[in-house]
Amino acid sequence: MNWLSRFFTSSIGRKLIMSLTGLFLILFLVVHLVGNLQLLNEDDGFSFNTYAYFMTHNGLVKTISFGLYFFIVLHAIQGIVVTIHNRKSRKKNYRQLNFREADFASRNMAVLGLLILAFLFMHMGDFWLKMKMGQLDMVKYDGVNYPVNDLYTRVNTAFSVWWIVVLYVIGQIALFFHLKHGFYSAFQTLGWNHPKYTPIIKGIGLVFSVVVPLGFALIPLYIYFVR
Amino acid sequence: MKLTLKIWRQKDREETGGFETYQVEASEEMSFLEMLDVLNQELIEQKKEPVAFDHDCREGICGTCGMMINGQPHGPLKATTTCQLHMRHFNDGETILIEPFRANSFPVVKDLVVDRSAFDRIIQAGGYISVDTGQAPDGNVIPIEKDQASSAFDAAACIGCGACVAACPNASAVLFTGAKVSHLTQLPQGDVESKRRVQRMVAQMNKEGFGNCSNISACEAECPKEISVANIARMNREYISSSFSTDKVMD
Ligand code: HEM
Ligand code: SF4
Ligand code: FES
Repeated sequence: MNWLSRFFTSSIGRKLIMSLTGLFLILFLVVHLVGNLQLLNEDDGFSFNTYAYFMTHNGLVKTISFGLYFFIVLHAIQGIVVTIHNRKSRKKNYRQLNFREADFASRNMAVLGLLILAFLFMHMGDFWLKMKMGQLDMVKYDGVNYPVNDLYTRVNTAFSVWWIVVLYVIGQIALFFHLKHGFYSAFQTLGWNHPKYTPIIKGIGLVFSVVVPLGFALIPLYIYFVR
Repeated sequence: MKLTLKIWRQKDREETGGFETYQVEASEEMSFLEMLDVLNQELIEQKKEPVAFDHDCREGICGTCGMMINGQPHGPLKATTTCQLHMRHFNDGETILIEPFRANSFPVVKDLVVDRSAFDRIIQAGGYISVDTGQAPDGNVIPIEKDQASSAFDAAACIGCGACVAACPNASAVLFTGAKVSHLTQLPQGDVESKRRVQRMVAQMNKEGFGNCSNISACEAECPKEISVANIARMNREYISSSFSTDKVMD
């Protein structure tokens, strides 16, 4: 088992963990966004609340969500370990360091990640925790023979407060920058770099990093300004 | 042209060091190193200690002449070593900031000279072919794709100057190590030992204390030989696959 620990503590092994957990989180973002866009339906929360019920009661989804919590913690810890090591590898710094290339996002992944982490705590505390603690009202819909948590109303209440909307938009801006570099970076870490594919990966990464955070930001903005 | 130079001066490994300001009169057709030669001649005449800097070939192939010029390894010109950089790329009256490459794994020996023996130890760990491959063989005796030979050659162009480490915000040595791994692994003679090689070289690179790769690509942009980050990807996939290989890859 010596080889396994050697691999996972090597620079490339650590980055492989970052890459795979990052890609898993990217998949999660897609599912999360598609589900949450149901908040925009004008149906008194029927579609969103029954969907939220399914997501919190289905055995398979619950199992995957434990994987998700584990992966995000692993990604964050590994990211911090890697970044601390990187910072320490040049103790005496330059008076001046100019970059011909090296975009803002790629040099600030840890700061962006920590912003995302802070956002996640706020986000989970506001919705997930309140639901788990049973602090939400229950609603009963026609055709559904059990009451469900009214997460929809909670979300609408939260997004009628301007500063919560602002914090959500900031969170999505951080996510945009993190993904702008992270998407491509994950494939490069895996060793997938080729003139044939890399431009495609970079292109998809850029579109993804714009569309997904924009989709998430749309929800609080729509609720605040339109509803 | 009249120039003001702010140069890092440091007596030895132990001294803290600091910047000193000098005036120098140079001409546009001088190389950057010749401009420093002029300064050193003046310092010697004034019975002062000349500025120590590394140099050897002065034709862009040995890789010894690296230094930071206005915040960039090998200065402002793309794909150019310090010795091949000419003063016509600077303006009369300009102030130029000159620092040594900085990384914990590249300790300053004196002034602008850094100890890059960490690179030598990475090569010693596996950057070679263990058997005698003899004289250059006749063409096409060992069949190899033209594209693959070219790709190996591109990687082989690395002169081991350390600009990649110097430019990297993480002081990572993956472009250098990736180039050396890629050079040998793409050739039939080198392919045989590729699994062990990548394992040993990466292990040594980590042991030397270089940072991890964040895929920032500052290295590729500053490399005087324009080594591509595709070589880092190749090293990564070789390292990952050899780690899970059933062959014995490490002692
Ligand atoms: C939805 C949330 C997140 C997603 C989708 C995500 C995605 C990614 C991806 C794909 C990468 C590229 C991996 C690679 O270079 O191989 C990455 C890198 C990184 N992530 Fe995240 N991440 C998320 C949250 C976080 C959080 C909460 C942190 C907390 C500290 C974090 C810290 C980092 C760091 C430091 C890196 C760069 C590591 C390096 O310098 O090489 N990320 N992320
Ligand atoms: S990869 Fe480029 S910058 Fe790095 S040592 Fe080789 S030639 Fe110098
Ligand atoms: S002195 Fe040899 S590369 Fe510059």
